Amino acid sequence: MSGRWVQGPRWGLLLALLLALGELPRARGVEEEPGGAHGETQGFQVVTFKWHHVQDPYIIALWILVASLAKIGFHLSHKVTSVVPESALLIVLGLVLGGIVLAADHIASFSLTPTVFFFYLLPPIVLDAGYFMPNRLFFGNLGTILLYAVIGTVWNAATTGLSLYGVFLSGLMGDLNIGLLDFLLFGSLIAAVDPVAVLAVFEEVHVNEVLFIIVFGESLLNDAVTVVLYNVFESFVTLGGDKVTGVDCVKGVVSFFVVSLGGTLVGIVFAFLLSLVTRFTKHVRIIEPGFVFVLSYLSYLTSEMLSLSAILAITFCGICCQKYVKANISEQSATTVRYTMKMLASGAETIIFMFLGISAVDPLIWKWNTAFVLLTLLFISVYRAIGVILQTWILNRYRMVQLEIIDQVVMSYGGLRGAVAYALVVLLDENKVKEKNLFVSTTIIVIFFTVIFQGLTIKPLVQWLKVKRSEQRDPKLNEKLHGRAFDHILSAIEDISGQIGHNYLRDKWSNFDRKFLSKILMRRSAQKSRDRILNVFHELNLKDAISYVAEGERRGSLAFIRSPSTDNMVNVDFSTPRPSTVEASVSYLLRENVSAVRLDMQSLEQRRQSIRDAEDMITHHTLQQYLYKPRQEYKHLYSRHGLTADEDEKQDTEIFHRTMRKRLESFKSAKLGINPHKKAAKLLKRERAQKRRNSSIPNGKLPMVSSLQDFTIKEKDLELSDTEEAPNYDAEMSGGIEFLANIAQDTATDSPSGIDNPAFSPEESPGILSGVPPWLCPGEAVVPSQRARLQIPNSPGNFHRLAPFRLSGKSVDSFLLADGPEEQPHAAPPESTHM
Amino acid sequence: MGAAHSASEEVRELEGKTGFSSDQIEQLHRRFKQLSGDQPTIRKENFNNVPDLELNPIRSKIVRAFFDNRNLRKGSSGLADEINFEDFLTIMSYFRPIDTTMDEEQVQLCRKEKLRFLFHMYDSDSDGRITLEEYRNVVEELLSGNPHIEKESARSIADGAMMEAASVCVGQMEPDQVYEGITFDDFLKLSHHPWSSWARVAEEQESWALELVVWHWVWWPECPLGPWPG
Repeated sequence: MSGRWVQGPRWGLLLALLLALGELPRARGVEEEPGGAHGETQGFQVVTFKWHHVQDPYIIALWILVASLAKIGFHLSHKVTSVVPESALLIVLGLVLGGIVLAADHIASFSLTPTVFFFYLLPPIVLDAGYFMPNRLFFGNLGTILLYAVIGTVWNAATTGLSLYGVFLSGLMGDLNIGLLDFLLFGSLIAAVDPVAVLAVFEEVHVNEVLFIIVFGESLLNDAVTVVLYNVFESFVTLGGDKVTGVDCVKGVVSFFVVSLGGTLVGIVFAFLLSLVTRFTKHVRIIEPGFVFVLSYLSYLTSEMLSLSAILAITFCGICCQKYVKANISEQSATTVRYTMKMLASGAETIIFMFLGISAVDPLIWKWNTAFVLLTLLFISVYRAIGVILQTWILNRYRMVQLEIIDQVVMSYGGLRGAVAYALVVLLDENKVKEKNLFVSTTIIVIFFTVIFQGLTIKPLVQWLKVKRSEQRDPKLNEKLHGRAFDHILSAIEDISGQIGHNYLRDKWSNFDRKFLSKILMRRSAQKSRDRILNVFHELNLKDAISYVAEGERRGSLAFIRSPSTDNMVNVDFSTPRPSTVEASVSYLLRENVSAVRLDMQSLEQRRQSIRDAEDMITHHTLQQYLYKPRQEYKHLYSRHGLTADEDEKQDTEIFHRTMRKRLESFKSAKLGINPHKKAAKLLKRERAQKRRNSSIPNGKLPMVSSLQDFTIKEKDLELSDTEEAPNYDAEMSGGIEFLANIAQDTATDSPSGIDNPAFSPEESPGILSGVPPWLCPGEAVVPSQRARLQIPNSPGNFHRLAPFRLSGKSVDSFLLADGPEEQPHAAPPESTHM
Repeated sequence: MGAAHSASEEVRELEGKTGFSSDQIEQLHRRFKQLSGDQPTIRKENFNNVPDLELNPIRSKIVRAFFDNRNLRKGSSGLADEINFEDFLTIMSYFRPIDTTMDEEQVQLCRKEKLRFLFHMYDSDSDGRITLEEYRNVVEELLSGNPHIEKESARSIADGAMMEAASVCVGQMEPDQVYEGITFDDFLKLSHHPWSSWARVAEEQESWALELVVWHWVWWPECPLGPWPG
């Protein structure tokens, strides 16, 4: 594998690297090099070799590098990764590397220690799981998950332990120094389905969400059970079998509730803190993402300190804080959190599996007992299956969505064991548990078997059984709306029929959340825009925007966005909300959610930049006439955001605006089927007349509503748009429009330079003046830009196609003003103070 | 008619009509009497007694749906003044959980009925089309729970949704083509996705709580209007 060159990580590679690096002069050198042979030199050293100085971090970094490079290696061959799960490959790689280390050092120098695993590798994975947990799905199936996690795990532990003990009594295993409690202890640590392994395998399998959430949720929540069972039996083993009393058993049960509920509570408390803190990070945007990690890690450590379930704590911290944190932190921070979290989690996972392989290569830990190993494998599989079937039988009487036989097969088969079991078994005290090595080696075999064999075969199994797969779908506005309506109806039905159901509870919760929690935990600006329907709306618009740009990329230029002559084509392509013409790469991007899209858009935008520049030269003249200067005035207004929005974002927003309008407009023209021609002409006339009347007004704010601005806009002009709170545009749109209307009426405006430029007339379009939002009034009220007017033949059919495009100019107006209610106090002064 | 008690004949008949079990019918009847104040029929005002309903943003639409002749299967338009217990059950049966014994066809039918209920709620003038006006109206009410969202944005969302519907149902529109509104067929088209569509939303959860309520009724059969005693 690609890691083979890391021969003897200590010497071969290190020396090579260090020799290369050693060229750097080091002034003060204290000699302590194991690699060099001149340790006794007294004088000043130009080059010193200080291996011990850097040893530990260096080795850690190298291992991380090896693991990451290995991942690259795996993915060089698509064939391999599509069949073999990465976790299995990593384990094999670990075995190979472990073998090399062993051959070089004659001792197993590296292994996965429980401390490293529990303190550094596990938390990122679990946090990632919690933070990106689909909450509704999770809570909707919570009962099922809890049953599997609690009863299922206890069942697995008890039956496996007892059966093994039974076989042991029969003498099949030979002579072992082992008692009932040891077997139960072993059973409890091998019983739990492992979140890391489940995630690693199931992410590649893509079963449907319900099935996934049940298996995955179970693996997360069973931690409390595992921890308690493990602690209880360990203390029983320590006490000795005869001294265990009924009181101890009761204590064990009590401690289960304390550990699980306590862990959950710690998580919730920290989630509350975290949400509260992120509410006030407006001025320290840079460290904002840090809070997410630090506080959730603290929740993990705190509950570890209180000997509660740390996994539950960090899971619930992630689950509870996600809504508020995502609302509070800026979009960039959200992206940072996303990627950092994914990176940490996936890195930790890689290292865990690799080290599971490496740890296995240690002659000291191996103690083989064929019967024990095989029977363990048999029992965990069989009892898992029986447990699943029994519980599902009970559950199906209560569930609306039945878990079918196929689902049960996958659930039984997906019961993967992993690093948690390994770390727990390594933690055992050899003095108390005499056969620790047997347990360790059996655990390793079990893990390898489940991860490699079951991991390999689960994909074909899922395909063969035709398990319902998850589907990557774009959200649809209609679906969201109907879904929302249905939620309300269902909760109303429950109210009316006097039931307390999920919908009742959810309804009560969301009321509570809206009334209290969100008020405390969310930024005021965020409170406004946190509506799922709005978000979907925003998302869809963003996607349109991206496909718009992608379309430009495909043609090699974005000129079409600005040039009316290609307008027809554009509109043909984009008259459907989700164009099919988007290239594969882009449609891949689209499946990511908004933030990802935003991020990737930036790279698109950068390429776009160069093209822009050339075109800006051409349009420069036009710009200078009326857009450029007045826009500058508004720049200072936006300093309050703390972060200066960079140009790419501004362009994002620009596109967002443009396409948002386009969506509405193309709908409108489709829906209302207005014949634009006459009205446009009439309105144009009226407006011109009105403008002339008003032309004495000094340079006011209305230039910002120029119809040209969105496609000839200069970067700095985009300051106008509040990039930070993009979803707010639609939320506050109407405010913006009223604002605009007010200004239009109160100040009776004109273009800044007093030129009677038709491009400015839309600002006074009767639609606005009469309080009707611009897209509701006949869109053709907008006068095309001068250029456009030259080129567009005004035939009605053509007009229809063009309408969205031209109208998009106006869209920006209203959306740029979307901050209206907030901006009003700021926006007012410039009128008098500037120019 | 409204009194289903004692007359087991009648209960059996209702069972056949609505698909509820006799236990459920009894529970619902008890609830019906609570709501109506022991009257044989329920009027709109009776729903004011349900305190939990007050916060529901589309409350009026839902209550109206209870009196909608289309939902009561009594006609193609118009509203009933009052409904009796059988009507009440008819409405409730739209939301009956999907039975394990149902075959795929029945499940689909059941879903379709739910969608029809929703469609009728949207289509307030009973002309078989959800027009833009009606859609806007619904969206405004839906979003009215959030004080920060203003009417105009609700409208633009409805516009966007309507546009989406038009493009899904009609596809490429001719320049002078007009999309008049969402018909029920279009409505089904918008939710044709069988697995993860929103029509399933109602079914994706367990009914633990449902059982809880049954127990609850067993233990505190005489509870006042609220779901829990007190």
